[in-house]
Amino acid sequence: MLLRLHQIDKFYPTGEGPLHVLNGIDLSLEAGKSLALTGESGSGKSTLLHLVAGLDSPDAGEIHLGGTNIVGLNDTALAALRRGTIGLVFQQFNLIPSLDVAANLAFQARLAGRPDPAWLKVLAKRLGLSQVLTRYPEQLSAGQQQRVAIGRTLAARPRLVLADEPTGNLDEATGDAVLDLMLSLVAETGAALLMVTHSNRLANRLNARVHLHAGRLV
Amino acid sequence: MVWTGLTALLSHWRRRPVQLAMLLLGLSLATALWSGVQAINGEARASYDRAAAILGQDRLAQLVREDGARMDQQEFVRLRRAGWLVSPVIEGEMRFGDVRLRVLGIDPLTLPPQAQQVDIAAGDQLLPFITAPGVLYAAPETAARLTEQATPPVRVAEGLPPGTVLTDIGQAQVLLRAKDKISRLLLWPDQPIGRAPLEVTAPGLTLREPSETGDLARLTDSFHLNLTAFGFLAFAVGLFIVHSAIGLAFEQRRQVFRTLRALGLPARVLVLLLIAELLTFALLAGLVGVALGYVVASALLPDVAATLRGLYGADVPGTLSIRPAVWAAGLAIAVIGTLVAAAQSLWRLWHLPLLAAAQPRAWARASERALRAQGVAAMVLLLTAAGIAHFGSGLEAGFALLAALLLGAALALPLVLTGILHLGGRLARGPLAEWFWADTRQQLPGLSLALMALLLALAANVGVSTMVSSFRLTFTGWLDQRLASELYVTARTEAEATAIRDWLAQRSEAVLPIWSIEGRVAGQPAAIYGVADHATYRDNWPILSAVPEVWDRIATGDGALINEQLARRQELGLGDQITLPGGWRASIVGVYADYGNPIGQVIIGIDTLVQHYPDVSRLRYAIRIAPGKAESLAAGLRTEFGLPAQNVIDQAGIKAFSLKVFERTFNVTAVLNVLTLGVAGLAMFASVMTLSGMRLPQLAPVWAMGLTRRHLAWLELSRGLLLAALTMLAAVPVGIALAFVLLAVVNVEAFGWRLPMHLFPGDWARLAALALLAAGLAAAVPAWRLARLSPSDLLKVFAHER
Repeated sequence: MLLRLHQIDKFYPTGEGPLHVLNGIDLSLEAGKSLALTGESGSGKSTLLHLVAGLDSPDAGEIHLGGTNIVGLNDTALAALRRGTIGLVFQQFNLIPSLDVAANLAFQARLAGRPDPAWLKVLAKRLGLSQVLTRYPEQLSAGQQQRVAIGRTLAARPRLVLADEPTGNLDEATGDAVLDLMLSLVAETGAALLMVTHSNRLANRLNARVHLHAGRLV
Repeated sequence: MVWTGLTALLSHWRRRPVQLAMLLLGLSLATALWSGVQAINGEARASYDRAAAILGQDRLAQLVREDGARMDQQEFVRLRRAGWLVSPVIEGEMRFGDVRLRVLGIDPLTLPPQAQQVDIAAGDQLLPFITAPGVLYAAPETAARLTEQATPPVRVAEGLPPGTVLTDIGQAQVLLRAKDKISRLLLWPDQPIGRAPLEVTAPGLTLREPSETGDLARLTDSFHLNLTAFGFLAFAVGLFIVHSAIGLAFEQRRQVFRTLRALGLPARVLVLLLIAELLTFALLAGLVGVALGYVVASALLPDVAATLRGLYGADVPGTLSIRPAVWAAGLAIAVIGTLVAAAQSLWRLWHLPLLAAAQPRAWARASERALRAQGVAAMVLLLTAAGIAHFGSGLEAGFALLAALLLGAALALPLVLTGILHLGGRLARGPLAEWFWADTRQQLPGLSLALMALLLALAANVGVSTMVSSFRLTFTGWLDQRLASELYVTARTEAEATAIRDWLAQRSEAVLPIWSIEGRVAGQPAAIYGVADHATYRDNWPILSAVPEVWDRIATGDGALINEQLARRQELGLGDQITLPGGWRASIVGVYADYGNPIGQVIIGIDTLVQHYPDVSRLRYAIRIAPGKAESLAAGLRTEFGLPAQNVIDQAGIKAFSLKVFERTFNVTAVLNVLTLGVAGLAMFASVMTLSGMRLPQLAPVWAMGLTRRHLAWLELSRGLLLAALTMLAAVPVGIALAFVLLAVVNVEAFGWRLPMHLFPGDWARLAALALLAAGLAAAVPAWRLARLSPSDLLKVFAHER
């Protein structure tokens, strides 16, 4: 089992007392499989994704990634985990505006110490980015930017891809095309995919789906 | 509607108190330095005006001798008999103990009403004034300085300039040892018709029209222009902060502006509300700034007064008076500065499309076109500077050259830095290094204003410190040459002087007279010295240019040496003829360095001096003796003749005093330099602080991809240090160019001497360390905040809650 969450609790402090965002979450995901995490706005989907990414820590429970409980790891270890094992795709793309497309694509792979120019070339071609490698993010359309973000994540060949509403900022046709590409490339790399979405239509295209409601899996 | 709109606009500052503090602080500091300099200049100019107005000089014409020498009292008698309504005045400098004062002697019975400074004729004051021992009238601070000295009775008179005493002409002639001599004749405004022409009655005299400014004001103009230029530079650096803070606040409120417009607030009302907001800030900060300016001025004025006294012989009181004009000017400059700094933002707001998408930080993102335009403007300015350097002349041209050079360099800085950062990015190895260089380049537009301010401050520091250090080095060498004698003695009377000469004859290697008279040479006030034919002068005198065998020509009475300032001001050179007091002429055989002397100086042979001016005072002497014996000889002189300590001074004592005066002269520029650097540091801090809040969307993805917050914080700190270091590197050549202009153009015009330039890399290293410290401190706070930022704040970037 690549990913296993056990009894995860997460609270957010508010003016009216702590808000129980995640309540006793148990979840698992095998290598090479994909899982959709659905739920309404505010149900805790993104929070759960951030916990798995080591961007935040739970108040209770365990998160086992590749057999290691990442809860309690220090900042440096978590950073190393994000560099080497995890790949993140955000709704807002979050490309690095000061780097061109080629540098953005290669960035995480090089950061992880796994640069692979041949693979990058394949990725760029598959993602339709070969002609825009010298452009900067602000010169790209939203669909192109998201393709760069996906390419950046997959270039590092992460074992687990975490995607937070990756097509949320795109129109339906572009979103479908981008998702198709992402799913096929994730499958080719053998990575597992945990994708947050509020779209049942998109969720149904993954191997499995779980629904989050008011901090609980239902 | 207006109130609702204003509430919405002002709420921005409630949420961002640090930004408001930066805006007010920037404006206050800018105003403070400007007002401080203006307060100093105002005080000095008021003092010159008082001096110029004394005895109605600014309103009454005068009769003087063409050569500036004193005239015989008989001239007065002749003119009165010929029907001229004139009143005699004698003036000169003398020492009461250790207080040196200007003595003005007047005739109260013939003095025109316009020249009546003190109501001497009132009550029973006339008799004691005109009869021995006489009365000295002086301003309160001058009277206070005389309390410990042996003088005739002193009375306080408001309105007299400091450092001046007024007395009866008869008493003044006694005090100045100028029996039957007068300096000039004041003319009554209404003269009788039918009086004999001047050229018949007094052919040696010439009419001088009233002058409103006076010699002092003209002489010190360049000094005050220097100060004003520095004050303006500091003000401009402060405005960078203001511009940056206002631009940021406008950009952050762009959505609010759009909403207010969409809700029905007319653009005109919105702009007027923002102008009202800015004016309120400007007035508030202006008030604080002017008050701070007075503090700065009070701290600097004693040094400025000492400088003016040392360099120009101008007496300026060391205390400051509150002048409404300075307050008004300070508030006006704060308001004008704010409006200038906000003009671009207001213009953009006026043209803001109602439905255009928000572009965060558009204010800071200089497009390539804007950068190119800036580059062109920089090039034009630098070429203009080169043109002025080649073709221009005069002090105004010097300052225009400085302004074009500094502004051109500041505008070119972002372009230069972009080039260097591009190069850094190309040479970088590894993704993080590449990102670091590229990201630094992207931050440049937001930081460029602060960096330009830093460049100006650093260049000013490099330039001024190079100028001062070059001056110090030259000055120290010059002192060694000029003060070659081991002891300097001043006798109290001619009889004592003769006795001292006799006493020293057997006890020293040489006794060299330091005798001089004062007068006018080539229309300028000057002192004429006689020197003995001695190796002391041949071996040591700091000659800049001379004909062959110059000292032989001086010894034989066949020529005169003049100081550099007289040569430059009057464009005199070797071989030119000058007319000396008394009307005799001499050929210029050499020019020598004479730093720190406000007036012209001429050196002739001692015999020639005595021949032309038999009444010359013969009280001062330089003594040559083996250095080891100087101290005991000085003690012997004091014991033998009962001379006060200040009448026998050794070489080291004079050198120490001269260097002290020198250091004090440049204290003011040093303090202004440090303050300007402080303001630039603050500009950097303000920019980094405000930008740091907008950095998270750029930093969070890198953090998410596997960098720790601490690592990112170090990179942020390194970025600040790198930019400061690059700016310092750019500032060095600009500073050297600035020093060259100061030494070769401004100093020559302002003081009348040109100095060789020396370079002091050690000073630059210290300044670089200071700049890095300031930049490090400015970047440390945001970096520290980033290192301690909670992950949830970084996650907001991805959760779209920002």
